Amino acid sequence: MIEAGKPIFVQIAEQIENDIIDGVIEEETPVPSTNEFAVFHRINPATAGKGVNRLVEDGILYKRRGIGMFVATGARQRLVDARTDQFRANFVGPLLSEAAKLGITAEQVASMINAESVTDRNASNS
Amino acid sequence: MNLTEPAVRVTGLTKKFGAFAAIDDVSFTVETNKIYGLLGRNGAGKTTLMQLLTGQQFATSGTLEVFGASPVENARVLQSLCFIKETQKYPDSFRPEHVLASAPWFFANWDADFAASLAQDFRLPLNRPIKKLSRGQLSAVGVIVGLASRAPLTFFDEPYLGLDAVARQIFYDRLLEDYAEHPRTIILSTHLIDEVSNLLEHVLVIDEGRILMDQDADELRGSASTVVGKKTDVDAFVAGRDIISRDGIGGLASVTVTGLSEAERAAARTAGLELSPVSLQQLIVQRTTSTTSETASTTDAWSARS
Repeated sequence: MIEAGKPIFVQIAEQIENDIIDGVIEEETPVPSTNEFAVFHRINPATAGKGVNRLVEDGILYKRRGIGMFVATGARQRLVDARTDQFRANFVGPLLSEAAKLGITAEQVASMINAESVTDRNASNS
Repeated sequence: MNLTEPAVRVTGLTKKFGAFAAIDDVSFTVETNKIYGLLGRNGAGKTTLMQLLTGQQFATSGTLEVFGASPVENARVLQSLCFIKETQKYPDSFRPEHVLASAPWFFANWDADFAASLAQDFRLPLNRPIKKLSRGQLSAVGVIVGLASRAPLTFFDEPYLGLDAVARQIFYDRLLEDYAEHPRTIILSTHLIDEVSNLLEHVLVIDEGRILMDQDADELRGSASTVVGKKTDVDAFVAGRDIISRDGIGGLASVTVTGLSEAERAAARTAGLELSPVSLQQLIVQRTTSTTSETASTTDAWSARS
């Protein structure tokens, strides 16, 4: 679950973000404590704490004194928006530059994507 | 005891055995309530350093403070330390139950219930004579004492000779759970870097008696990347960077460098280079081998001259 080479606190933050986006952790509900994260992922509690704090700084989580960390209202939408921007930068950009290298136009790419999603749908229906 | 002070503060510490400097002008601090990894090759000076910190060896020069005072013959400091060594000697007639029964005399925070549950986890036969225990069971005795002592500063020096993979995992899990509930300073010396790397908050790498790295574990992780590709492209990309190691075959080169920003990573990918992460263990292996090969080449240069 934890991979080498990438700071662990970044991975912890991303996993919490994914859980919020997937609806596993809902808004205004608590997230596991730093110690629970540490024991579960077998990582140093300070490292887990860094991941959680990163989300607090971003306003995704907030602290209820004496109780723990909660997911902020509107966190899910903000994460989806941020991830959509990342998706464009990380996937759509490189996709188009590779396509351009091969002489594939943006329209051709669009029709490829359409054809692929139809196949996907058929595959999942069968 | 002053807990806002660092647990350990060492300045210009040197320990010589005859002409050989086992610890060579070393300075560092250990902050309280963190898990440190003390890593290095065989004979690098790890055990000597821990013996100095626990008052079992005397420094040749330099200053050394543990919880603000010298540990040598200092009961106040020594009672807050626990040092688990690879080879612990026990009285001949002892059984593990005797070790656990006498532990509270030495460790103020000793938790007998925790020790008993650990003994079950490790399936340690408490009433078998210590002489009859297997190597792994003997290591389990040390690990149990180290954990259940809850000493403010606990040293584990290669604690698990002969411990099987299951028992080592139990050790890591119990260490983490208990540390989360009872924060304390832990210095873990081991060769199994991959196994412990996620547990560590800070890493001290010692090589030939000197501190080679003194860094936050998270900063180290992901601080280096290996760039693989056509030799000319790789050379152009890594020019002027901090190169840790270099390898190659035919027209291909593989170079490990530190500190690549997100933009530089993107640039490398656009240039058709492959980037792969470097684990803590690989990083330390590369760092400690490169210094040795440098020494080797200096020696070669000397022998070539003579």
